Amino acid sequence: MYLTGVSLSLAAILMFFMALASSYIVRKGTGNDWQPIDLPRIMWLNTAILVASSITIEVARRKLIASGDVAAFRNWWAITTALGMLFLGGQIVAWRELAEQGLFLSTNPSSSFFYLLTAAHGAHLLFGLVALLYVALRAAQPAWRRRAIAAEATAVYWHFLDGLWVFLLLLLNFGR
Amino acid sequence: MTTHAGAVHVHEAPTGFFRKYIFSLDHKVIGKQYISLALFSAFVGMFLSLLMRLRLAWPAMKLPFFPDGILPEQYLALVTMHGTIMVFMVLTTAPQSGFGNYFLPIQIGAADMAFPVLNMLSFWTTFLSMVVLMGAFFVTGGAPLGGWTVYTPLSAIGEIAGPGQGLGMTMWVIAIALFCAASLMGAINFIATTLDLRTRGLSLMRMPLTAWSWFITAVISLLAFGVLLSGGILLLLDRTAGTSFFVPGNLVVTEKLIPHKGGSPILWQHLFWFFGHPEVYIAILPGMGLASHVLSTFSRKPIFGYRAMVFAMSAIAFLGFIVWGHHMFVSGMSPYVGMAFSVLTMSIGVPSAIKTFNWLGTLWGGDIKFTTPMLFALGFVSLFVSGGLSGLFLAQTSLDQYLHDTYFVVAHFHLIMGVAAIFGILTGTYFWFPKMFGRMMSEGLGKLHFWLSFVGVYAIFMPMHFIGLAGHPRRYADTSGAAYLQAMDPVHYFMTVAAFITVAAQFIFVANFFWSMFKGKKADINPWQATTLEWSIPSPPPHDNFAGQEPTVYRGAYEFAVPGVKDDYIEQHVPPEQVAKG
Repeated sequence: MYLTGVSLSLAAILMFFMALASSYIVRKGTGNDWQPIDLPRIMWLNTAILVASSITIEVARRKLIASGDVAAFRNWWAITTALGMLFLGGQIVAWRELAEQGLFLSTNPSSSFFYLLTAAHGAHLLFGLVALLYVALRAAQPAWRRRAIAAEATAVYWHFLDGLWVFLLLLLNFGR
Repeated sequence: MTTHAGAVHVHEAPTGFFRKYIFSLDHKVIGKQYISLALFSAFVGMFLSLLMRLRLAWPAMKLPFFPDGILPEQYLALVTMHGTIMVFMVLTTAPQSGFGNYFLPIQIGAADMAFPVLNMLSFWTTFLSMVVLMGAFFVTGGAPLGGWTVYTPLSAIGEIAGPGQGLGMTMWVIAIALFCAASLMGAINFIATTLDLRTRGLSLMRMPLTAWSWFITAVISLLAFGVLLSGGILLLLDRTAGTSFFVPGNLVVTEKLIPHKGGSPILWQHLFWFFGHPEVYIAILPGMGLASHVLSTFSRKPIFGYRAMVFAMSAIAFLGFIVWGHHMFVSGMSPYVGMAFSVLTMSIGVPSAIKTFNWLGTLWGGDIKFTTPMLFALGFVSLFVSGGLSGLFLAQTSLDQYLHDTYFVVAHFHLIMGVAAIFGILTGTYFWFPKMFGRMMSEGLGKLHFWLSFVGVYAIFMPMHFIGLAGHPRRYADTSGAAYLQAMDPVHYFMTVAAFITVAAQFIFVANFFWSMFKGKKADINPWQATTLEWSIPSPPPHDNFAGQEPTVYRGAYEFAVPGVKDDYIEQHVPPEQVAKG
């Protein structure tokens, strides 16, 4: 049931981001004021961190579901949480680099979309971090019945945000 | 999807006032909260429409709050708020979130919705959205002027475009963004409930058509509201952060050059109508499900073509996502694109006709009981057909060039999505009132309400077709500008008088509603001799619906007039060996 709910929310989130991506393409094609921006280099490192977090959360999930190893699960889960925070921190560094170049939200449609897409993704990821922290804290209680289902639902959501980010990065890089 | 034991929600009946009535987790209380919000909103919306009708019939009339008469820009604010409140707070809220919340879990044999906390959150977010929306009346400049579609660029550049386009417009966007979030939460809950909480024996193809319509509507909401939310965020950034998503360069408004540049106003129309057209089906599909349900019950016959009804609703939902361009035929789109949208739009006539003929097939040869809910369901079919036929005219690009933005369009969408959906809501109220409150509504007052409303709405909206064909544009505050429009003034008088009589008739409904709640005849468990699960539990239902005993379902939802059986119906939960023979 929780997995159904999370999967459904992914459909809604996907529609939201596809609408923004379509707007990106339309706005770039119809206006004559689009100035491409070079992505800050740190974003590639951020992407590597996020992809790594997807792997660690999968390891954590399998430790819990397949082998029932709660201690290993909690370790891998903690690593994932740390990587997620690192990613968000890295994104903020990327924003500051752009701001230093004089590129702000309203400077150019390309920078508007850059801030909007990264912020919208970041907001969803922040929600995922809250879920990660919640599971990390509750997982310490041995009697928690919903540990497996909560871990599974969070992992699905986290993988989705990882894939979504790769898509957005490719759009921002090759669609500039 | 995983274990069944963990899926059943058991929460104790709350005792404190706040937990019981305000921040309740009980789907029945939340359903009533939604219905109350919709009822209040419907009266606000009707009041606004009466002000508009007064302005159209007697432009100079002085009114309370309007010492100089209603100014043209105030008229536009009334148009905008009437449309927004009615579409979002009434047509989207009552049939789906209201009745759906109350009866979906009961009809599928569940103790509650899948996510009760999310359910409560979704109602209170909707409530907050309504508060922010109403707040737009009271801020500097008043309510926005852009119509419920708030077309860019005039909605994106602030108060230079008109008094209500300042803070009022910003509040409109925030209210709609909140509403999107609330609807998405509701949609997730409805779909998960339908998929995961159906009781033993209730396969999808045994579900009542009402449950099917709520399920399909939730799927539409899930896919549509995210798109409107993205458009709303872009619009909000254009308004407040100086971006140029929708505002083109070199735009001059009231002799001032607008600093934005390069944006695409048409982009807003695409984002809005990609949501906006499915929204029409969000409003009407629950009414379709309910009309099917009620027509079958009071014809004492199984629904004609159950499977066809399910597939037709699914087809309408699917087609609804690929026809949005028919709202934009005059936006300068390529004629080839327009032709594609036109053909797709007219193809919606096929599933719609399947539904209509199945309704007629259900009635054919039936032992028809003309109760009040049955009358409103028949009224729904009538209005759906009347409004649907004019849709075939508007779907053709060549005719739409002329009819676009005339009263013909106003007549069309009011009949098919406005009053048809309202008749669906009233059908549900009269049909389910005995279950919700344990008392019957007065049939005499109900029938009086029906006939006055039925004749009334046709008297209001039929003449709009004619003045639309004669070229009367919509959204004009008066006809003083053109002689050919002044010739149509008598029609405006007629429609205004009809509107006042029709709105007055709604107070019969309100009186009946509250009188019956306290003084009505006691309702037994199954006053309509219906077959679905809500009629197998007490009226009103207890806190956990089935008292912890999940029912088992043995058959489909429309077993009426079964040969060789004592009564003319078999309820879904009655085991085959207990069916009385006779």
